[in-house]
Amino acid sequence: MKSAFVTVGTTSFDDLIACVAAEDSLRILKNLGYNRLVLQIGKGTVVPEPFSTESFTLDVYRYKDSLKEDLQQADLVISHAGAGSCLESLEKGKPLVVVVNEKLMNNHQLELAKQLHKEGHLFYCTCSTLRGLLQSMDLSTLKCYPPGQPEKFSAFLDKVVGLQK
Amino acid sequence: MVSILILTAAVGAVTILLVQRLWAVFRPHHVTPRKSLGLLIVAGSGGHTTEILRLVGSLSHAYSPRHYVIAESDEMSASKIHALERSRAERDSPTKCPQYHLHRIPRSREVRQSWLSSVFTTLNSMWFSFPLVHRIKPDLVLCNGPGTCVPICVSALLLGILGIKKVIIVYVESICRVETLSLSGKILWHLSDFFIVQWPALKEKYPKSIYLGRIV
Repeated sequence: MKSAFVTVGTTSFDDLIACVAAEDSLRILKNLGYNRLVLQIGKGTVVPEPFSTESFTLDVYRYKDSLKEDLQQADLVISHAGAGSCLESLEKGKPLVVVVNEKLMNNHQLELAKQLHKEGHLFYCTCSTLRGLLQSMDLSTLKCYPPGQPEKFSAFLDKVVGLQK
Repeated sequence: MVSILILTAAVGAVTILLVQRLWAVFRPHHVTPRKSLGLLIVAGSGGHTTEILRLVGSLSHAYSPRHYVIAESDEMSASKIHALERSRAERDSPTKCPQYHLHRIPRSREVRQSWLSSVFTTLNSMWFSFPLVHRIKPDLVLCNGPGTCVPICVSALLLGILGIKKVIIVYVESICRVETLSLSGKILWHLSDFFIVQWPALKEKYPKSIYLGRIV
């Protein structure tokens, strides 16, 4: 069972949902060996009809308290550029494709996705280039995302506040 | 008329703050040796809370008691804080009650609220923040950018100006900020004792900031 998870967070991203649930995209995903697609659509107005056949299952929901489980089960995450979604996927070591919403320009959230893309941790595209990317990308080229080092922060703080061990 | 008076008073207060701050900044800092220190943590909502709790999770027991400030109605942050403190307690001293407190204040700024009306809502939350900070008298305020942290830090600064207590203000800019500071960051750049950024591009733009690598 190989599954892809699409998440738009607490916002809506109708173009992405429409694009990824279209017949062409589903065919591409099937060809790549995926047999399950889960869509978390948030406040979106595009609500694809879920279905389940022998070879492919499409699940659709708006929100859940925690997306952890769906992220954990995913072999590929396709996400909006929200920082929370990006970081959580990378921390779980999931291959990540970030789809930029061109209708939301000057969104500061893009800063992080762009930077992480520059460093080779994720793929980055728009709705119109998503299908091409899915077909051409090589997930093995992605670099793993090392965990942050809060201990450096505590060591720094201990020193500057004069904490005696 | 009243609003003009309030505005004038606010501008006056800010001017005094800046003058005092300039003086404090140019004065050499003395590191006071200590065994423990009281911590006030400003948790915001969503991503801000996740980030700051990772930092709090790395701090030793010397940072005690820990006072968390959250925005009213932010149940998500409250449950994340309880979870962190529970796991700390289980890890370190299962028999002792965890030393932490949760405080709620009104939101100072909703996402996309206009700048001018933010000034007034921030003044309103000052009304709640100052008595709170005065009661807690923390040694250190730790925050990372939710709007709520501005009135809290201004209150902490006021404690110093009034000669009640010098509070150390530590600001950690969110990991989301790669090239530009958040609005809170731009304000607290002037008010904090230690300003930490997590991307090299920001360190270049703000050379006096502290860059320790990615810490969350």
